[in-house]
Amino acid sequence: MTGALIVLAVFFGVAFLLVLFVIGIYNSLVRLRNQVDNAWSQIDVQLKRRHDLIPNLVETAKGYMKHERETFEAITEARSKAMGAGNVADAAKAEGQLAEALSKFMLVVENYPDLKANQNFLSLQEELSSTENKIAFARQSYNDQVLFFNNKIEMFPSNIIAGMFSFKKRDFFEVETAAEREAPKVSFS
Amino acid sequence: MWELIRANKRNSVLLMAVMAMVLLLVGAVIGLAVFGPQGALFGVIAATVLWLFLTLLSFSSGDQILLAASRAQPVTHDVHPQLFNVVEEMKIAAGLPAMPKIYIINDPAPNAFATGRSPEKASVAVTAGLLARLNRDELQGVIAHEISHILHRDILYVTLAGIMLGGIVLMSQVFLRGMFYSSMSSRRRYSSGNQGGGQAQIVLLVVAILVAILAPIMAYLLYFALSRRREYLADAGAARLTRYPEGLASALEKIATDPAPQLATVNKATAPMYIANPFKKKGQRRLSDLTSTHPPISERIRILRSMSQGASLKDYSEAYGSVTHAKNIIPAVALKTEEIRIREGQAQPTKEQKVQDRLHQVGDIMRKVNGFLFLTCLCGLKLKVPPNFKGDTVKCPRCSRALDLAAQRNAQHR
Repeated sequence: MTGALIVLAVFFGVAFLLVLFVIGIYNSLVRLRNQVDNAWSQIDVQLKRRHDLIPNLVETAKGYMKHERETFEAITEARSKAMGAGNVADAAKAEGQLAEALSKFMLVVENYPDLKANQNFLSLQEELSSTENKIAFARQSYNDQVLFFNNKIEMFPSNIIAGMFSFKKRDFFEVETAAEREAPKVSFS
Repeated sequence: MWELIRANKRNSVLLMAVMAMVLLLVGAVIGLAVFGPQGALFGVIAATVLWLFLTLLSFSSGDQILLAASRAQPVTHDVHPQLFNVVEEMKIAAGLPAMPKIYIINDPAPNAFATGRSPEKASVAVTAGLLARLNRDELQGVIAHEISHILHRDILYVTLAGIMLGGIVLMSQVFLRGMFYSSMSSRRRYSSGNQGGGQAQIVLLVVAILVAILAPIMAYLLYFALSRRREYLADAGAARLTRYPEGLASALEKIATDPAPQLATVNKATAPMYIANPFKKKGQRRLSDLTSTHPPISERIRILRSMSQGASLKDYSEAYGSVTHAKNIIPAVALKTEEIRIREGQAQPTKEQKVQDRLHQVGDIMRKVNGFLFLTCLCGLKLKVPPNFKGDTVKCPRCSRALDLAAQRNAQHR
């Protein structure tokens, strides 16, 4: 009689601990997923901010740069493409193109000393380059979080619980620009 | 990162416990020596009350006291947009829950500190001299160092430990001074009152005096040793956040070689908060190593510059090992292999400014903080209009054009 009771108590004890364990892992997975979502929304905020800054910048620069139609068109097109992007991978690609167009624009600006002396343009430029940095840092923080989350989903024992409640791995936000994709050229001539 | 924060919290609690014990010990011994056997309890209670009061005070308004003591003024985005942007960048990189409040200190000496109770309620203060001297990358390095302090929960620790240290010093000082004066005036109380206990009383007194002298020194050494460690950790964090150790390294170099006189509003208790030791000591380098609040700045620069492989905590730790030949500075649990590449600098190289220009710039930053209007006349003259000037137009002193102030005011308040 007492033997059976002990076995029963041990059984329930173990089951209880197991349930606690599962709850703990489940909660940590949810917390990590929320952190990933939050980091993503940070990127989103900054991307929107860049989209908002661009019309102002183009408007200010247009008066000084009469012969750079192509540059402006490239920026405007990249911007509208980026604003319409649906998923993470598309957005990353479109934003990469936009960043490229902007950096080309900044190179062209060097030829217009009048524009570079314009106070309004200078403050827009600081805002824009800071937004670029914020995007980069938000991406960096998002990727850190995603790495942590994905590791947790793949590793034992949390992978069992992740599978049970169908937690999905997230995509990294990789920016691929033409400049970065190109392999470094080495020449010995 | 999280492992590091947890280890830091544990160390903080440990240090607080040790310091609280020292405080109670000082209280007990002093009570015992002054009032006899029952006095020990009284001393402990007095020490506890003092400690509770100071802790509550520092918890509720410690950051405000520190900011006021260093005469830091809160600023808006318009005063220095770049500073605001850089702080926000680092806030995003560190994933802080809220934007820290930003203060500027009117001082030409370049320095900075962070304070606050928690990452949600944190403040960052920089001197005008720092803003005038550093380029964007360097400013980013310094701000990243301060944000790392916030992220590592060093800000609360420095405030609490500083206050506790203050309590210990206060009690010891009161006792020693009291002893000094009472031994001159009322010597009889100890010798004639209780015949048998006289001998023991004197021994106790000597012990109490020893404790009162040694305890503050011990507490100082402990506090400084830990705050030196935290500086390295914040450097490592800054390199990781910015992915650009050279920014902080070159900022530290500029701070170290700055000709401006030392910060005006600083004392021994607030010194550990700053990014670089605000006291300018000359000649006593080696001797002051134990008692200095900061690691030697040249060493910090060398460590940051020898991080060639990457910007992770592990890379910093390896660079630390190769420069100092000492054992690991970062808790082993926090060292995991991350592949973090170092990026390239963005700021354009700046010309070395003359000291005079820099002082002008410091003055301009402070005028902006204090609400001066800045406008440029068509003839090229720059006007700085004080905030108590009420008129809507002002005459340019060179070409006597009338300049519209109202529009300028509206533009700045927008």
